[in-house]
Amino acid sequence: MRGKALQLNPNVIKRNERVDLIFKWVAILSTILAISVLAALLIDVLSDGAGRLSWKFLTSFPSRRPARAGILSAIVGTFVIMGLTAAVSIPVGVAAAIYLEEYARKNWFTRLVELNIANLASVPSIIYGLLGLGVFVRAMDLERSILSGALTLALLILPIIIISSREALKAVPFSIREASYSLGATRWQTTKNAVLPAAMPGIMTGTILALSRAIGETAPLITIGALTYIAFLPTSPISVDGTFPFIHLSFEWLKDPFTVLPIQIFNWVSRPQKAFLVNAAAAIIVLLAITLLLNAAAVYIRYRFRRTWK
Amino acid sequence: MTSPHAIEIENLNVWYGEKHVLKDISLKIPPNRVTALIGPSGCGKSTLIRCLNRMNDFIRDFRHTGRILFQGEDIYGPKADPIEIRRRIGMVFQRPNPFPKSIYENVVYGLRLIGVRDQETLDTIVEESLKKAALWDQVKDRLDASALSLSGGEQQRLCIARTIAVNPEVVLFDEPCSALDPIATAKVEELIVSLKEEYTVIIVTHNMQQAARISDLTAFLYMGELVEYDQTEKIFTNPSVKLTEDYITGRFG
Repeated sequence: MRGKALQLNPNVIKRNERVDLIFKWVAILSTILAISVLAALLIDVLSDGAGRLSWKFLTSFPSRRPARAGILSAIVGTFVIMGLTAAVSIPVGVAAAIYLEEYARKNWFTRLVELNIANLASVPSIIYGLLGLGVFVRAMDLERSILSGALTLALLILPIIIISSREALKAVPFSIREASYSLGATRWQTTKNAVLPAAMPGIMTGTILALSRAIGETAPLITIGALTYIAFLPTSPISVDGTFPFIHLSFEWLKDPFTVLPIQIFNWVSRPQKAFLVNAAAAIIVLLAITLLLNAAAVYIRYRFRRTWK
Repeated sequence: MTSPHAIEIENLNVWYGEKHVLKDISLKIPPNRVTALIGPSGCGKSTLIRCLNRMNDFIRDFRHTGRILFQGEDIYGPKADPIEIRRRIGMVFQRPNPFPKSIYENVVYGLRLIGVRDQETLDTIVEESLKKAALWDQVKDRLDASALSLSGGEQQRLCIARTIAVNPEVVLFDEPCSALDPIATAKVEELIVSLKEEYTVIIVTHNMQQAARISDLTAFLYMGELVEYDQTEKIFTNPSVKLTEDYITGRFG
């Protein structure tokens, strides 16, 4: 037993309180710094470009004359590329995550695969561009097409999709799998009916965030040779004419050249005329809006499907 | 020829890696009775019950010798199909584990697995199973509500309804009340007793009063060995082994 009451040293307590106060202000100032840089950027872009935004700007092709130039081909290109990227990378990425999480035995080989995926996620995007140039554009002879661009971006975000899908699968408690097996489910039935639905919100959030990273990528697409001046739209996938069966599906658009918003922006900011800089600012607003919408969708899905596991 | 026993365990030994967790267990479990497995924590009772529907298959370094006969067939035999065994030997777990789906979808989960599509059949089985699980009246107006909106006791009864919806022959309970409050526990116990009319029931419990209340036969396990197996009444009033007596009188465990 202690004979004396614990001696309090007033100096130590005073010093603790001072350190506490200093840290609080460092934290507040850091937050203000981060937010004000973002705000300054937004205000700058908005004040430069908002006046240039109009329906005509959105629906016109690029032009030598800045006042007539628009971003129609870049917007369409962005959506087509993103759609195709998603269509390729989501099934492959989720399937890989399911294999690694639900099927693969945990041994040195899977650990090696895991390590490599984590490394691939941090490889600079221009390296993926060089890969795409070598494999898709040259070796597979797909040229500077929509297909080459989408496949390159799909490779770029595949590791992110695999990692976030695995995290989502991992977060599904084992008791859910047990419940499914105890009712006579096979491994695939358990994955399809119990694990995947429970992991779906997490997979979707991760995937959307990966796509919103891909949407802003410029370097890999420039590397594979995406054009900066496109004054036409991709071939329509559906055409109607008088010959049977009247509606024809075409995949010609996969081979068409393309441009996307970041490339259009990159092209405009590198020009000397001031008017093109205004165009670039307006295009940046559009790109930011699309990215923010995607991120908002991710946040909404996470909020909507938030579950409390016990 | 059908065996008079629902399940016969013959000289079962189980190892997790190097650890010998079940030692030479032999046990004959009669049909349409409640058989309780009791014993202190770590005695192997959960391991034993999980052998009966091959839930231990998911544990990597699980190893066993001996046989478990279910209607005369070894469930670990070369011809045995674990998927079919788990459908015929259902299981309710320690913590309620409903799927994050609607109440209705939880009950029909096992039926959808075997390809039951007919809406009328599904509806009938949902109603029957929920009635048997004494949950129908509470949930009949909100079958589309999320199963996670139910209370813990209701969730556990939903898990029971889900298990009996596929019409198993045996229902295993692995400490089904350990996460429930006393009122919910009483309801689940009542339900377990009523199930023995149609099913063979095996329950693991660390609660001796519970075993005494609801079971017909009791097996006492200690350190991986079967110490005594007899009529519940005999175990709790006049056990033949000193160790059993010490345990049920609360001298250890």
